Amino acid sequence: MFVSSYDSKTHYDEMFEADGSCRPHYSELLDMLKSLSVEKLQQLQFTTDKAQMAMGMTFNVYHDKQGIEKILHLDIVPRIINAAEWEKIETGLKQRIYALNLFLQDVYNEQKILKDKILPKELVFSCPGYLKPCEGLTPPKGIWCHITGTDLVRDKNGEFYILEDNLRCPSGVSYQLESREIIKRVFPNMLSKLGVAPVSNYPNRLLNILEYLSDKEKPVVGVLTPGIYNSAYFEHSYLAHSMGVELVMGQDMVMVKNHVFMLTTNGLKQIDVLYRRIDDTFLDPDVFNPESLIGVPGIFKAFKSGNISLANAPGSGVADDKAIYAYVPKIIKYYLDEDPILPNVPTYLCSDEKDRAYVLDHLQDLVVKETNAAGGYGMMIGPRASGKELKTFTRLIKENPRNYIAQPTLSLSTVPTLVDSQLEPRHVDLRPYILYGEEIEVIPGAFTRVALKRGSLIVNSSQGGGSKDTWVLQH
Amino acid sequence: MLSRVANSVYWLGRYLERSENYSRFIDVNFNLMLDLPPNVKEQWEPLIRATGDYDLYTSHYESFDRETAIYFLAFDKHNPNSLISSVTNARENARMVREILTKESWEKLNELYLFVKDGADKETWKSEGAVRFFTDVKYGIQLLYGIADNSVARTEGWYFSHLGQYLERADKTSRILDVKYHILLPSADEVGSPLDFLHWTALLKSVSGFNIYRRFYGKIDPFHIVELLVLNKYFPRSVFFCLTNAEICLRTISGTSGKGYSNSSEKSLGALQSQLEYQDVNDVISSGLHEYLDGLQIKINKISDTIHDNFFKLNSTFTNQKNIQE
Repeated sequence: MFVSSYDSKTHYDEMFEADGSCRPHYSELLDMLKSLSVEKLQQLQFTTDKAQMAMGMTFNVYHDKQGIEKILHLDIVPRIINAAEWEKIETGLKQRIYALNLFLQDVYNEQKILKDKILPKELVFSCPGYLKPCEGLTPPKGIWCHITGTDLVRDKNGEFYILEDNLRCPSGVSYQLESREIIKRVFPNMLSKLGVAPVSNYPNRLLNILEYLSDKEKPVVGVLTPGIYNSAYFEHSYLAHSMGVELVMGQDMVMVKNHVFMLTTNGLKQIDVLYRRIDDTFLDPDVFNPESLIGVPGIFKAFKSGNISLANAPGSGVADDKAIYAYVPKIIKYYLDEDPILPNVPTYLCSDEKDRAYVLDHLQDLVVKETNAAGGYGMMIGPRASGKELKTFTRLIKENPRNYIAQPTLSLSTVPTLVDSQLEPRHVDLRPYILYGEEIEVIPGAFTRVALKRGSLIVNSSQGGGSKDTWVLQH
Repeated sequence: MLSRVANSVYWLGRYLERSENYSRFIDVNFNLMLDLPPNVKEQWEPLIRATGDYDLYTSHYESFDRETAIYFLAFDKHNPNSLISSVTNARENARMVREILTKESWEKLNELYLFVKDGADKETWKSEGAVRFFTDVKYGIQLLYGIADNSVARTEGWYFSHLGQYLERADKTSRILDVKYHILLPSADEVGSPLDFLHWTALLKSVSGFNIYRRFYGKIDPFHIVELLVLNKYFPRSVFFCLTNAEICLRTISGTSGKGYSNSSEKSLGALQSQLEYQDVNDVISSGLHEYLDGLQIKINKISDTIHDNFFKLNSTFTNQKNIQE
């Protein structure tokens, strides 16, 4: 494989130094890639695509009328994170999730952080993710965010930054696990040679933290899905399948005396723990969105009475609001009296007058994001935006400043990616998964998303992104 | 097992079996064509009539030529029973219950779906590849049965899918047999002629029953063919064999042992099964073969309806049951 034309100067490249020399933890992989012909690599890529199709590793695209099922392109070149880098990520994430969980417990109960004026009250209460019905609530074992998928990016100096906290229903973990299964077959010897940490026991760990939420010896656990038309249905069924638990839909459940039961061929069966993959507000039409057809009327009351455990707890979305994000370093300091191990990307809140003025003045240099949007929707990248887009966002920000934040445009790191007949640098992000049960665990791996278009910074699968297997080295 | 899941598993069994049988329907004619004398025309209309979708066909198409008929039976998405509709439905049902399928089963079914879809898009069946295509579909489905046979636990799910499969097969065997009723002979004199025998042979081959027939009965003779396909105790595609096994599945699901019945599905299925158990081929023929088969199909449909009521209908009366744990 020919690599001399590879450009590693413009951005932080994870395989190559700026002078073109290979970083030590990538050298064995590079040697192996060099030993393969272009045809061989293309053939491996082809079998990878075929395997994904056969496995039905598909996702559904919203706003796309033709063919609802697509595969998420999996690039065969893995992304490697060395042990030292990983250790920092791991401790940093544990710290962050621990603090965010304390924040959630506090903000729905004593609200000390608001009384101490660390966070403006209005900002918290105006979060769409702040759910008033959760006030006074302590979920089982005091855990709110059982499963988190945090997005990180690397800047031009190679430093990792937290980009987004996803505390509601973060998806992608099934791709991480299935991608590993495929890449294992593509490069069978490399993983053990390099000492790559295994990820395959994720379902087991997930089941442990779910069972931990019930006091019963053998609780009945289920995964709650909106159904086969949801874009993450593959993942929902994958997780239920690999944990050996029921995959349920709202229509499968009824409430009896404030307990939740499944309708089975043998009558009713009580359900104790639900890993719900339905948004908070769709969970219970009695309490939240009355239009919801995918939820279970009455389930929130049962949850509040302690008759069923829900992971993640409803209401946890307030902690991943993009406006609250700006305050997370302060939140960590407030609850733990520690400095954040992993830095935030500097964030300007458009609701703040001074920040807003700065944002409107420097719009063409900034990335603007809607505070409650996900999936790469509702954002604008200043340096790439047209004059028309800049105008639209100026208007939008002025109309509803609370809805927007802005951040400097980061130059994301790149990893070599197979494009046609050569390896080219493509921008990536990193989404590790964190499980909060008896203790907090970070799964040693991640869902790496890659922007397949040259120069593009948008990695979201719904916007033409692909993925890479992520290898975390044990030493 | 969740009622919704049981429902999907049951239909997964039915749709897979239906897919296989639609390939077999088409096979009747392929088998015939290989042997037909040069001056005799292919007949596609009988196949369409036997599937029960004659009205749907004639509302869309005028002629019963080979290409249109194959398209309708195999690739027409507007035909809810066509091969592609059945495979798609099987896969949709499998997707809904993917968490309980083995990885291999799901992947092979998914590949089968992609294969049929690809066949429809590329229209390989219009050329010489048709026989090969439908044979591959049949093998693809049998591979699925093979995988399931030694990897699926014999619990409720297994029995629901087999219940669906056996009821579907009973229905389709009766319809394949009915094809013969609709095939026209050039004249009444031809009954018992070599051409007549050719038709019967093609029919047997399409249900993989030709060799078994030879072993059991020897010479080709309509009476015995009817006996093999309707009443035989040992042939796995005979209506009687299918109903007997469907009944075993049903009783295992509801845990009914010994005599009698514990729900309306068991009652209607048991009644039909015993009716066949005590009939001989004269009883079948004397009431008119076509009428007899028609009656069978209606009864099988009704049995399916009672299964739906007994096990799948998300019944609000559930909540009034007494066995709810507090």
